[in-house]
Amino acid sequence: MQINKITHSSLFQIMSTDISQQLRSKWFWTYSLLFGGFVAVMFATGITESQIIGFVGLSRLMVTFMQVSMVILPIYVLITTVRSVVGDRESNVMEYMLSFPVSFTGYFWGKFLAKFLLTYIPVFIALLGAALWGSFTNLDVPWDLFTLYSALLAAMIFCFLGISMFISSVAQSQDLAISSAFVLWLLLVAFLDLILMGLLLKMRIDAGTVIGLGMINPLQVFRTTVLVLFDPELTVMGAASYFVLDTVSRELFIFFAIAYPITLGLLFGWLGNYFFKTKDII
Amino acid sequence: MPEIQNNVIININELSKSFKKQLVIDKLSVKLNSDDRIALIGQNGAGKTTLIRCILGQYNYEGELSVMGHNPRKDRKVILQDIGFVPQTPPPIKLTVRELISFSEKITKTPAEEFYKISDDLGLDIKQNLGKPFYKLSGGMKQKLLISFALGRKVKILLLDEPSANLDPQAREILFRHLKNYAPNTLMILSSHRMDEIADLVNRVIEMDLGKIVLDNDLNEHVKK
Repeated sequence: MQINKITHSSLFQIMSTDISQQLRSKWFWTYSLLFGGFVAVMFATGITESQIIGFVGLSRLMVTFMQVSMVILPIYVLITTVRSVVGDRESNVMEYMLSFPVSFTGYFWGKFLAKFLLTYIPVFIALLGAALWGSFTNLDVPWDLFTLYSALLAAMIFCFLGISMFISSVAQSQDLAISSAFVLWLLLVAFLDLILMGLLLKMRIDAGTVIGLGMINPLQVFRTTVLVLFDPELTVMGAASYFVLDTVSRELFIFFAIAYPITLGLLFGWLGNYFFKTKDII
Repeated sequence: MPEIQNNVIININELSKSFKKQLVIDKLSVKLNSDDRIALIGQNGAGKTTLIRCILGQYNYEGELSVMGHNPRKDRKVILQDIGFVPQTPPPIKLTVRELISFSEKITKTPAEEFYKISDDLGLDIKQNLGKPFYKLSGGMKQKLLISFALGRKVKILLLDEPSANLDPQAREILFRHLKNYAPNTLMILSSHRMDEIADLVNRVIEMDLGKIVLDNDLNEHVKK
């Protein structure tokens, strides 16, 4: 009972100090301004008045916002987070902070949750700002899409945070952690539709295997779900999405698209914490 | 509840620690009492800092190590409530002084006033520096603040790894006075290269070399040697 109390107290203290620390970092403000600014630019350039393959108004803006998020968020989360644990270890900050009665688990998850909040809140505010501004300017606000996208963003950030914290726990140095994160991101991007289509057409790989590969890749899952409510003909989706949505129902896929990245994030987070608390900390 | 035998507060039996096959602590055995004030001396690489980190629960090790009756690796959260620590080199913590004080205050449940008292004595005006990031303070200021976090608490064990390294002579003198007047039933381990400086403070000298204890004696005997 006492140990649980200490863990909770450690987690909260580490989380709150980490949030204060990150709120002062240039990274955080650049990132927040990037997403806020992007929404403002999209409104200013009249993207809500354009129409492409059925996307119009705020829906068009939100889809574009999500496509940009898919490009920026994973690499941002990976690069800024992988240095977290290994950086503290290399600089001896961890030696000192963990000489206080702070539990390993509280330290690890405190950092995790602080990073989650500070990554998610700016994108959520940008999306909410777009919805509110749209409502103010008499555009139809697609609240169902807004809810889905808010949940998807949270799930994707959680997933990549889990992976990043895991890399950070097991990496021997910051350089190695950053290189591993970058390679992973390249691999996930490479296995989006284009390579999958190549596997399907040129190498004659079985469609089930292609679907499996698509479903494993959280980026592919995110990409497919962003368009899932819109595109009944599946014309803009690419090979993997086409097969995925031809195989499972949309509702099931939406559930999977939110539950899977969160599970992946939790799994890697748990593994990261396991290695963190069982290894030498310096 | 683990029992502490007599006044032995740290019990080390056949402790070994190696890094990538390099043995840093080699089957070390020693009992440390709650009223011991120990000068832990030895050349660089003797294993002093590694031993301190084992006691803090930061390293895995072979052999037995019991701190206040607990395994420091398994029960580190519990034992660290009663350990004050000053590292050899202040780390580049990005928190501001205010945030670091608030963190220490909440996590150790010690009123910040206790930290202010010690740091004022050491000649550090905390209030002038509250908004500054810790890593931007001078070496001496950082050390003074970390010392005040360790000495401001009421703990059973003080682990001080070269605590006076960055201090000016006046602050050193004040630090040693504080250490001398610290609660008598506190095990104090002072790692230092300068025996002359801490001679008045300690009642036991432990010298390490290549991960082993090569001398464990009272101070008078050591000085004679």
